Amino acid sequence: MIAIYKKEMLSYFSNPIGYVFSGIFLLISAFACCFTTLLSQTYDTSTYFIIMIFALAVLIPILTMRLFAEERKMRTEQLLLTAPVTLTGMVMGKFLAALSLFLGNVALSCINFIPLYVIASKEREGLSYTETNIGPVTSQLLGCLIGLVLLGAAFIAIGTFISALTENQLAASIVTIAVILGFICIGFLSGLINIRWIRAIIDWVSVYSRFEYFSAGIFDFAALLYYFSLCFVFVFLTIRVYEKRRWG
Amino acid sequence: MIKIQHLVKTYGSNCAVDDISFEIQSGETVGFLGPNGAGKSTTMNILTGYLSADSGRASVSGIDIMSDPLGAKKLIGYLPEQPPLYLDMTVDEYLKFSYELKGCTLPRKPHLDEICEVVKISDVRKRLIKNLSKGYRQRVGIAQALIGNPDVIIFDEPTVGLDPKQIIEIRNLIRTLGKTHTVILSTHILQEVQAVCDRIIIINKGKIVADEKTENITRVVENNRRFNAKICGPQKEILSMLKSLPGIVYAEALAEKDGDAYTYMLESEFGVDIRKKLFYTLSERGWALIGLEALGLSLEDIFISVVDKTQDAENTPRYTRNTAKKSKLRTRNTLEREMAENLIVDAEKKQEEQAPLEDDE
Repeated sequence: MIAIYKKEMLSYFSNPIGYVFSGIFLLISAFACCFTTLLSQTYDTSTYFIIMIFALAVLIPILTMRLFAEERKMRTEQLLLTAPVTLTGMVMGKFLAALSLFLGNVALSCINFIPLYVIASKEREGLSYTETNIGPVTSQLLGCLIGLVLLGAAFIAIGTFISALTENQLAASIVTIAVILGFICIGFLSGLINIRWIRAIIDWVSVYSRFEYFSAGIFDFAALLYYFSLCFVFVFLTIRVYEKRRWG
Repeated sequence: MIKIQHLVKTYGSNCAVDDISFEIQSGETVGFLGPNGAGKSTTMNILTGYLSADSGRASVSGIDIMSDPLGAKKLIGYLPEQPPLYLDMTVDEYLKFSYELKGCTLPRKPHLDEICEVVKISDVRKRLIKNLSKGYRQRVGIAQALIGNPDVIIFDEPTVGLDPKQIIEIRNLIRTLGKTHTVILSTHILQEVQAVCDRIIIINKGKIVADEKTENITRVVENNRRFNAKICGPQKEILSMLKSLPGIVYAEALAEKDGDAYTYMLESEFGVDIRKKLFYTLSERGWALIGLEALGLSLEDIFISVVDKTQDAENTPRYTRNTAKKSKLRTRNTLEREMAENLIVDAEKKQEEQAPLEDDE
């Protein structure tokens, strides 16, 4: 598993893919942060995170599309499948490699919040103690970041699964974009439906409604479990795809 | 070392491997021979754990590939038909990755150095694999199979697409490896098995049709019974004399003519060396024997007849179908057919000897 993880990390950076991902991710996050906070003269970062969630729909496929599709096309999966590695190890190695690149970029994009704190501290100077609540709410920020990471992990698992289904990277990426957008947008549907039980179901399924707790600064254990189970289900399905192909 | 029992694998309605059983002893080099689509690769893929069999059992050193895949895979080095290379890695990166992937415990640097030395890729280790030629890529693939010094090495058509010089080099390499490892080599090229292997298993349409030691086959092949003789003198008389000569079962005048010499094709009785007798008889009559060429049975002929034979057995209305085409072949290749039949009968016996798969559930 460690060997596969290392190999994937290496290949992200020996290919343009890793740089393209980081470049686009940091560019989008910087622009989004700039427009939604600095230029709108607010410390509220909720719009920024909504934009980032939609950006994930485009960004995650870049990370995941080649994970398995390329191996299959180049027939290199034969090396992995005949090596003394379990299928779980193989899939987890790849999943974790994509996840760590994503985590690294999320961590880097936190630079964007520094100006907010700097400006806030400038603004607080000379004001009375009652005004110390000026500035971004750190707990909310942290909550959103954790939410974003969890959401990203779930999407990476989905992308990994789709990549294992095809040997065409382009098809994998397009289907992944569609599925991720579907997952995000289903949450917005609930506002349009009047029937309560359908709304309840949609809210329960939706990745976005779960995210709202985090953006309110609440650490929701159910949401954590929800995202983890999404990851688990899709990683498991990926393993099953390979298991099934062996028997095919 | 390797034991395969009653292996069956079907793809949809197409039966790729149909009840194959064989055993390979430690240290043997076995050639797995068959036309394209015979089920060679499928068998190898099952043996290496890449595919699962529908039924039957495959084990390496007593470790079943289904119940303990990791343990069995550790004992096998595999070079698939298309070498599984990451084109964007350098040779060194690739070998290090394979080393880690296989969880190899031998000291890394000397081990990799040694392998590179053996397969002669030491001079390209810093280069990207995508920039290497086909021959070098194949070698990198072989190097990958050798990592961890596995007991069993499996090559699936290792010389396809190489130039003649590279083919010879790879064959030599395989022969050297065969001295210290158990090697399975799949190919559809006969000289290859003849040159490299101790034992030949011929497979066609998912069934084993022959399983014989190479030396046994070549001995039969070399036991010459057919000659082309070039004799000066009147054609008709010589032919009738040849036909009446004891020990000769068949004689035919060929259309070849060289001055006053004609060429005749002779076939002797089994186990009779007619050459001396032929020489003296001819010299008595004053006809000069100016050429005598042994027509060996090539392995190719036997292979084709074995495969044909099994196909014939399946196409039941055989006389209605290919009569015109095959009747010619039949008279010419009687000897090969005889041999082929023997081989098939032998193989069938061996298959029957295999104990039926016991259920341990």
